[in-house]
Amino acid sequence: MRLAAQVVDLTKFYDLGSVVVKALRGVSTDFPEGDFVAIMGSSGSGKSTLLNLLGALDRPTSGQYFLGGRDVSTLDDDELSLMRNDMIGFIFQSFNLIAQYTVLENIEVPLLYRAGYPAIGREEREWCIELARMVGLGDRLDHRPFQLSGGQQQRVSIARALVNDPQIILADEPTGNLDSATEEEIMEILHNLNGQGRTIIMVTHEPGVARQAKRQIMMKDGLIESETIQEPSFSNH
Amino acid sequence: MTRIIRIVRLAMKSLLLHKLRSGLTMLGIVFGVFSVIAMLAIGEGASAQAQKQVLELGATNVIVRSIKPPDEVAQTSNNSRVLQYGLLRSDYKVLTDTLPTIISAAPIREVDREVRYLKEAMNARVVGCTADYLEMNHLQIATGRFLTASDQTKLLNVAVIANEVANKLFKFENPIGKSIRIGPMFYTVVGVTKDRTASAAIGGSLSGQDYNKDVYIPIKTLQAREGDLDIKRQAGSMTAEHIELNQITLRVNDKDTVLPTAQAIRETLEQSHPRNKDYAVVVPLELLKQAEQIRMIFNVVLGSIAAISLVVGGIGIMNIMLATVTERTREIGVRRALGARQRDIIEQFLTETIVLAGSGGLIGVAFGLLTPISFLGIQWFVQNFVMEGNTAGSEVGRMFFDLEPQIAFWSLPVAFGISVTIGILSGIYPAISAAKLDPIEALRHE
Repeated sequence: MRLAAQVVDLTKFYDLGSVVVKALRGVSTDFPEGDFVAIMGSSGSGKSTLLNLLGALDRPTSGQYFLGGRDVSTLDDDELSLMRNDMIGFIFQSFNLIAQYTVLENIEVPLLYRAGYPAIGREEREWCIELARMVGLGDRLDHRPFQLSGGQQQRVSIARALVNDPQIILADEPTGNLDSATEEEIMEILHNLNGQGRTIIMVTHEPGVARQAKRQIMMKDGLIESETIQEPSFSNH
Repeated sequence: MTRIIRIVRLAMKSLLLHKLRSGLTMLGIVFGVFSVIAMLAIGEGASAQAQKQVLELGATNVIVRSIKPPDEVAQTSNNSRVLQYGLLRSDYKVLTDTLPTIISAAPIREVDREVRYLKEAMNARVVGCTADYLEMNHLQIATGRFLTASDQTKLLNVAVIANEVANKLFKFENPIGKSIRIGPMFYTVVGVTKDRTASAAIGGSLSGQDYNKDVYIPIKTLQAREGDLDIKRQAGSMTAEHIELNQITLRVNDKDTVLPTAQAIRETLEQSHPRNKDYAVVVPLELLKQAEQIRMIFNVVLGSIAAISLVVGGIGIMNIMLATVTERTREIGVRRALGARQRDIIEQFLTETIVLAGSGGLIGVAFGLLTPISFLGIQWFVQNFVMEGNTAGSEVGRMFFDLEPQIAFWSLPVAFGISVTIGILSGIYPAISAAKLDPIEALRHE
């Protein structure tokens, strides 16, 4: 079984002068390909810090983070950016689409920052249109975010996350700003993606959402407190 | 290449999103570029004007002019109150005999007289001169001929009159061959000169010349008939002046020898005019050099002032860009999360500033090209609302109204280049601070 990602004894300390904040105190776990993990924990448990590290947005104080076989923990800022572009698909709680861009242009954004800046030609555009269709927005390609509902915006976000065929999809409270009906839609899309073999790591504070993943990791005080593996359930809460 | 086009398109899209804001920000640059071009154009126009005037006087000429010394009586002759001053015929001889670089010399004597024909009369300036006068002063004959050398030697009573004089005295008749009366003498008209634009006063020594009220007669004739005494009767009092020559126009053989020759002329004349400063040596070439220096100073001073407004425009851009970066902090975070490197962020914002400043520059250049027309408008405004119809009066007034700004075509790309440079300089700091934002912090923003 291949690993999509792996963290080994990850720590993150913030030195604020008078006090040192130990956000992560030694986290180790594997993320096999095709995994669907929900990371839970209360505020201050370290789940956001872990997500930032998994997303290569920050570097650990010590420990290692292997992504797609490479140790990411020692890369510099430019290399981390390329990693994110190539290996990671982000889905945010507040969608984070660019307001002036159309649906299609939003999906294309990760293509702008590929290593070597290859041209964005017809093939790339067709691929983006295909992704838009896949999330059910094939007929709204030239709409702007303000013309879309929350659920639709999140779907654009998912399509955007898939553009560079990433190793892992990182979702930070993906349904936090959505009503329960839309939440179901989005979770179904994530399920389908996972069914196609995509590795999904999700941070959530809602147990009902967490239960829909294959594995739940509970964080407390900067460490993994417990891990639960279960059959994913599609139930509403 | 397509990448650059894409980046520029994205920048323009961002700027067009806030049309009013972008427009107002651009104004500083627009005005700055426009004023650089306009100031330089005005400087060029003034310089061209000065050059034209000087060339009219002749670049290889040295003009020596008699000046009335202030107040006191210089010399008296015959115990009467007669003011004797000015250049002497002996001066003329000495200069032409001793200075080899002088190729021609035209003596001139001027008196104001009433000129009459039959019942018509007018006050004219009677100019006693030689045949050289026509060419030296860029005059042209309309009908008939100018004075000749044989007129001089034969002391003929002939006259050439200016167009205005001809119109006033002769109305519809042909003046050629008719006799006009100057003082007690009659002169036969042998030619009429064309109208000529007046020349402006230069410095304090050369008063403006209005050629259109002149009557030209051979200088030898004038001196023989009138002598050197010029008696004026004015409102009850009488003044008398004893002048031999009002002016000698000397032509030098080469531009390079003008200045040394002028110096030699000064030294020569000093010897025969030891006490009074009753003459002035005007060297148009020197004036040209002075005009050039003034122009350069003008360009630097005016250009600097205009440049300051460009800097202010740049500060305005920097200010707005800093605000824009703050506004778009979240967006920057998202782009970084999606893989943008710091240089991508810098590129994005720097392009926006450059497009903003460059557009302002282009508009400023477009306005700059309208400088000549705008200046006409300003002249019209000043004439009608500030001076209430009274124009040419003072020398400064004439200079202002004669001025024609000339656009220095090198100033267009230079001003545009400066605007783009300002765009880069004022955009760098905001762009770098945008790039240095921590992605995690940025994503949390707002």
